[in-house]
Amino acid sequence: MVAGAESPGSSVVAQPSAARPTLRIRPTKGWAALNLRELWSYRDLLWILVERNIKVIYKQTALGIAWVALQPLIAAIILAVIAGRVAKLPSDGAPHLLFIFCGLTVWNYFSQTAQRSSTSLVNNAQLVSKVYFPRMLIPLSHTFSTLVDFAVTLIMLFVFMAIYHVPPTLRLLAIPGFLFLTAITATGVALWFSALSVKYRDTNYALPLFLQIWMWASAIIYPTSMIESPRWQSLFALNPVVGFVEGFRWCVLGKSALNPTMFWITVGMSILALLTGAFFFRRVERDFADII
Amino acid sequence: MSDVTLSVQNLSKSFRIAHQRGGLRGYRTLHDELVTLPRRLINRLRGNGRSTSETFWALKNVSFDVKRGEVLGIIGSNGAGKSTLLKILNRITEPTIGGVDIYGRVGALLEVGTGFHPELTGRENIFLNGAILGMTRAEIKRKFDEIVAFAEVERFLDTPVKRYSSGMYVRLAFAVAAHLDPEILLIDEVLAVGDAEFQKKCLAKMEDVAANEGRTVIFVSHNMDAVCHLCSRCILLRQGEVAKSGDAAEVVATYLGGEQDQAPVIDFPPVDSEASFQFAGLHNPKGQATTSFSTSEPVLLKCLFKVRRQIEGLQFSFAVLNFKHERLFYSTVSMGDPPISVETPGEHHLAALIPGRLLLPGRYSITLALHTPKTKLYDIRRQAFSFRIVATVADRYDGFSGDELGHVHADVKWQRIQNVSATHRETAMV
Repeated sequence: MVAGAESPGSSVVAQPSAARPTLRIRPTKGWAALNLRELWSYRDLLWILVERNIKVIYKQTALGIAWVALQPLIAAIILAVIAGRVAKLPSDGAPHLLFIFCGLTVWNYFSQTAQRSSTSLVNNAQLVSKVYFPRMLIPLSHTFSTLVDFAVTLIMLFVFMAIYHVPPTLRLLAIPGFLFLTAITATGVALWFSALSVKYRDTNYALPLFLQIWMWASAIIYPTSMIESPRWQSLFALNPVVGFVEGFRWCVLGKSALNPTMFWITVGMSILALLTGAFFFRRVERDFADII
Repeated sequence: MSDVTLSVQNLSKSFRIAHQRGGLRGYRTLHDELVTLPRRLINRLRGNGRSTSETFWALKNVSFDVKRGEVLGIIGSNGAGKSTLLKILNRITEPTIGGVDIYGRVGALLEVGTGFHPELTGRENIFLNGAILGMTRAEIKRKFDEIVAFAEVERFLDTPVKRYSSGMYVRLAFAVAAHLDPEILLIDEVLAVGDAEFQKKCLAKMEDVAANEGRTVIFVSHNMDAVCHLCSRCILLRQGEVAKSGDAAEVVATYLGGEQDQAPVIDFPPVDSEASFQFAGLHNPKGQATTSFSTSEPVLLKCLFKVRRQIEGLQFSFAVLNFKHERLFYSTVSMGDPPISVETPGEHHLAALIPGRLLLPGRYSITLALHTPKTKLYDIRRQAFSFRIVATVADRYDGFSGDELGHVHADVKWQRIQNVSATHRETAMV
């Protein structure tokens, strides 16, 4: 029997009624299709997993959702003191705290999505080895559930805007667009790392280090405008997080180094991250149950 | 042959067993990978990159069809490939060679409570578990009350399941899965947990699912009673291959019968006990040692055992068991006519004659014991022998396999009478 052969006549042997099998299980080789239709048919499970993630994080915690607000607040204050008072870095003329909080809003969402989903498959090993469903749903569910944390930080960002008397403008309407780009990039990174962590358990040690380096390379406590040559700026934009951070600053503060070239590089890199992550994940997911 | 709902064709699955330096970890680390990269590249260039692993075939060329409404049992010892087969059918893992065609929606219950989250409440877990098993939210809502009623957890719906007793946990998990609506249901070892009453309820539900709703069930279990009771057909796997397939009772009998005939005589290894068996054998009336008897032949059990000191009330007894290991009857030396005493020290040679025309055709086993009733067990040899009662042409069992008929050959007197109603009236008048 030829593996994976789709000869139209072969099903007739077992099935005189000539009905098409609803499911053919065959070994797959090489790169697999993304199978978005199946993913869509499991959307109910995705929402229930998202709900579970949110509930589980805040059950049996004393401060509950307050942790979400506290963590970026304290980080922003520390970074603002270091950048503004100690290192005396420029901030494109904006108040340091607000300037940094813009960056942290994006960065926290990005890094939390990557971090939570990278361990998600291993944490759900029992599920992966016992039940079938598109495995991608597990890391994907964190892209959505982390939005709760993002919403809280975003509200805090608006509060900071009020405190510093920064008037809201129509530019704020572009935030969902930048959020979308951030989400797909984070998903791509999450797919890479969650798949790798099934095979290599030390991925979970490597990721925080990797994220830390990434954070300092992402113009969070300093403006991209510190880089003067436009050519170097474009190169810098190959890190898509730079684009998101500058995008948020443009929405909130109106001043940013974001230019069309940089924007399109960011969009391209986001899509690249998502697609490579998704295809890599599909490629290795068939072995998950055997090695997890 | 029209209604095939699941067709397995030449299915094989291999695992690579890595002989690694790092010990027993199944996974590798990025660190290992990076450190050994140069060496592996060199190995690959030289063409001997595969020398450190070995291929193990968990399934070898398995083929079978399952028809709509059929309940198929899959049995076999641990490591025979049962779970791997179910995992492939359930798409958890991929086959290496061959394939499966499935006509209908598949639902699986591979382990009770998979996907339950301890922190979530019963209510939340019903939705989570249902969705994981492939139900939509609307479907779960529709069946919610039914599930809760079946699981008998109404009062604890809003309690986190980590506070549930294990019984409640299992009941809830089974209830969710049992209310799945797949055309093909895969079940693995679900009934190993839960109390007897709940097991009965589960079995009844499964029977209902298969018989009344016309769904196909594939059932993997070590519970031979359940397999015999539920399954119309059964497959025995041995080392990844189909060893036998067919009528459930027959396949179960093959499996329990040790899969091949045992020796009719046994020399027992000595045990450290005040009374112990040394030798036993089964013989036919001609004096030949055998494990196969016709229905009319008596079975002669001969036994030698040693008693090392005077033991008050010592009994030598045996029990005959059916293929499901249920006791059919028991006999001991004091039930003999005249009774025999084995209390004195020394070697005892005894024979017990199980009369012919007592057992119906089928597979049976014998357990031997030396004990003082209700106080002490000196030596027990469970299922020391297995033997077969074979139907002869004269028996006229008309094609039934013995295990379906029952076990006892009752000496029923059959006669033709003139008029049933007349006879009845006469007796009533008397």
